[in-house]
Amino acid sequence: MTEYEAVIGIETHVELQTNSKMFCGCAVDFNAEANTVVCPVCLALPGALPVPNASAIDGILSIGAALSCELVEHSLFHRKNYFYPDLPKNYQISQYDVPLCADGHIDIVADGEPFRIGITRVHMEEDTGKSTHIGDDGRIRAASHSLLDFNRAGVPLVEIVTEPDIRTAEQARVYGAELQMIVRTLGVSDARLEEGSMRFDVNVSLRPVGQEEFGTRTEVKNVNSLRSMYRAIEFEIARQTEVLDSGGTIVQETRHWNEDSQRTTSMRSKEDSEDYRYFQEPDLLPLHIDAAWSARVYAAIPELPAIRRSRYLETGIDMVTAGVMVADAGLGELFDAAVASGADPKQAANWITGEVVANLRRTERQLADLPLSAEHLTQLDEMVSAGSLSATAAKDVLGGVMDGEGSPEQVAQSRDLLQISDTGALTTEVNTVLADNEDAVDKMRSGDMKPLGFLVGQVMKATGGKADPRMVSELIRNSVKE
Amino acid sequence: MSDLADLSITSAHELLDSGETSSSELLDAVLKRAGITESHLHAYLTIDKAGAAEAAARADERIAAGDGAQMTGIPIALKDNMVTKGVETTCSSKILSGWIPPYDGTAVSRLKEVDAVTVGKTNLDEFAMGSSTENSAYGVTRNPWDTERVPGGSSGGSAAVVAAGSAFAALGSDTGGSVRQPAALCGVVGLKPTYGLVSRYGLIAFASSLDQIGPITRSVEDAVVVLEAIAGHDVMDATSYRGAVPDFRAGLSAGVAGLRVGVAAELLRDDMQPEVLAATRKMVDQLSDAGAAVRQVSLPSVEYALSAYYLIAPAEASANLARFDGVRYGLRVDGETTEEMMARTRAEGFGPEVIRRILLGTYALSAGYYDAFYGQAQRVRTLVRRDFAAAYENVDVLVSPTSPTTAFSVGEKSTDPIAMYYSDVCTIPSNLSGDPAISVPIGLDDAGLPIGFQVMAPSLGEPVLFQAAAEIERLADFTARPRLATSEVT
Repeated sequence: MTEYEAVIGIETHVELQTNSKMFCGCAVDFNAEANTVVCPVCLALPGALPVPNASAIDGILSIGAALSCELVEHSLFHRKNYFYPDLPKNYQISQYDVPLCADGHIDIVADGEPFRIGITRVHMEEDTGKSTHIGDDGRIRAASHSLLDFNRAGVPLVEIVTEPDIRTAEQARVYGAELQMIVRTLGVSDARLEEGSMRFDVNVSLRPVGQEEFGTRTEVKNVNSLRSMYRAIEFEIARQTEVLDSGGTIVQETRHWNEDSQRTTSMRSKEDSEDYRYFQEPDLLPLHIDAAWSARVYAAIPELPAIRRSRYLETGIDMVTAGVMVADAGLGELFDAAVASGADPKQAANWITGEVVANLRRTERQLADLPLSAEHLTQLDEMVSAGSLSATAAKDVLGGVMDGEGSPEQVAQSRDLLQISDTGALTTEVNTVLADNEDAVDKMRSGDMKPLGFLVGQVMKATGGKADPRMVSELIRNSVKE
Repeated sequence: MSDLADLSITSAHELLDSGETSSSELLDAVLKRAGITESHLHAYLTIDKAGAAEAAARADERIAAGDGAQMTGIPIALKDNMVTKGVETTCSSKILSGWIPPYDGTAVSRLKEVDAVTVGKTNLDEFAMGSSTENSAYGVTRNPWDTERVPGGSSGGSAAVVAAGSAFAALGSDTGGSVRQPAALCGVVGLKPTYGLVSRYGLIAFASSLDQIGPITRSVEDAVVVLEAIAGHDVMDATSYRGAVPDFRAGLSAGVAGLRVGVAAELLRDDMQPEVLAATRKMVDQLSDAGAAVRQVSLPSVEYALSAYYLIAPAEASANLARFDGVRYGLRVDGETTEEMMARTRAEGFGPEVIRRILLGTYALSAGYYDAFYGQAQRVRTLVRRDFAAAYENVDVLVSPTSPTTAFSVGEKSTDPIAMYYSDVCTIPSNLSGDPAISVPIGLDDAGLPIGFQVMAPSLGEPVLFQAAAEIERLADFTARPRLATSEVT
């Protein structure tokens, strides 16, 4: 049996959340009533002309810069010609041979291995409208009529194309997650897969291990989550392996990932593929990105996930914990602020990725809605370090803070969770217990340390559990020695 | 010639300014003229009497308030490929029949801002594709000098109304000569400004990299007046020129002494109509006598310009006209599927010349043919630009006939596309180079039909273009009027 290696490349579309559309002044608003954010330009009325949106260009350049691409000084817009009812001009303004950003890369860690994926290009284009097919089950073939909403038509769309460097479904999943984090960190898009503001097309082919040349590839569309992408690739690898093993050949085609059946099915083969008749868009001048423009873009790039991750790892946090706080910018910011105000990084990270995340999930709240500040975490950490709060009690207190009961100090007091760490008060309790348990004290004096635990337990009992057990133990040892 | 409808814009403006006439009277005069001529010409597709009357009343108020501009109150016509809010705009195509635009194009709104009076929309070759105004879904327009003949095209309606006196001026659009050639055939002045000088926003695109709106007028100075009203940067057109608009009047009365005038052998060809050649040579001699330094120049790549144009323009058109699909506006012919609806709509909505060019352009852009056709045509375009640039190192303007012939008969060339395409052999190079060019009437041929003389200048060279054109106008002293524009016809 031949052993195969998968060769995977990913095309990602990201809708930019700019104030206005790519080539007109209409708002980008996905919640508006159908066909209310439209104008002569995005409806392609006769005579209307496109004018590029500079802030969308800023957005794509920041993505390109974050992916270590070259920002191309003179790039061109082209027309991509095809007829489709939701494409108002029946051509899409896109980029062809000279995209805005080219030759980048992204470094990821998948299956424990560091891995570099080449970025071929990042280019600018515009989105289409949305079709809804009415009648039967919503499929186009059986529909009695179709409705069109052009609110989305002309929304700036960025396409990010990788080199065929990816080898496993896990690498693809990690790449997708990392790209999503980068786009969100840049603040150019909410990059929501389920809502389509980020979409993946995945190219998969197989070749015998050791072979240089690529096999025939299929393109899988409709992967609407990172998990779907992972499963679709796994399915495609298995399917193609079976075809090749049984002596068949792979047909170059577009395939559709079906979420219900967890399979890919053929959509159209290359023979039906369209000739897009690209030519340079005569309504637009070549884009000139001068040094000042690209400098502005680089200067505005925030701390990217990879850098944030390595910064967290340097504080001694483990990879998984760091990952959670990199993936969710809000958690990361809370962590950074807590550490900045003096909290121990490991302690703060554990609370944030443990209690805080669990609480958010349970109460279905957003981080911003929690009455929890970085200062609260720092205060909590100080109380634990000072011995006035046990680790267990600290978690209770944190819960109380998140439930809006006040600051850690207030919660600890009102819930009566403060430890007695006052030496004088504890000494009295210890002496009482020792006096009541002379046998145990004698044993210890003769070198048998077994009763220590019992004696500590008695003190804890006497104090209603509020004593600091470490301090109690210390006091007992000292008394016995005397 | 005491009829108000025959005045130049500049004269009419003086009468308006002095209160000797009103915009409403000017409008009445052109409507009265249209009432006489339209049954012969069919130059207007729409006459907006109510809208025009309101505009004239507004203009009269403004003039009375002492706030009138040169174009205030002047009745003008618009080629029906310019989008006009609330007024049907068809591009002379069945596919846009009944379409009422929700917005005004920029040139249109700039004329409205100064309260110029839009009389109506003029006929054209469908989507501006043609040189005779015979390719209109709404009937042929005829030449006011001889109604058996075409007015030229594609802005034939605009040229005919200006020649006939049913508008003081008109806007046309020039993609390969569509302002200059009909102006020549109708004995009026036609200007194609520098590409980008007039916004294309609201001009229904034929070939975006070549299209340019330009005025058709009865004098060179009137062309300046209209251009002043519509030129200048527009944020709605990314290809619009951003710099300051030059002073078009700078050379109007300067004459041509010392002006270097180039004559290109490639644009004076033996297969042109002999009277056209003779009139052109005579004007060159007159320019020389008036002090111009006449020089022979060579534009070798111009020989390929026509072929390159007929690849580039249809290629761009094939995409520009893709939006007419029956989905959002205009004609819709139903089908079993969406694709069938779109295909039927287009097959029924477009005329044969438009379909021919869409097919030609689609073919030229197709995989495997792109380099040989569209790519090669773009290389020729670059060569044409270089030829012009080289020529302008030694001359200030270039001159040639505007059209190889005077007005031809209706039906004469309509079955021979190549013969029709040849009508634009002298005008197309300026569209490829993006440079300005103007046609000025200089005489009549043996059949009494007007002959146009073309002046070309480098980009943004409108001042020197107008300088030469104004002198040519004086030298030619062309005062003949078409029979239809005189009171003999009723």
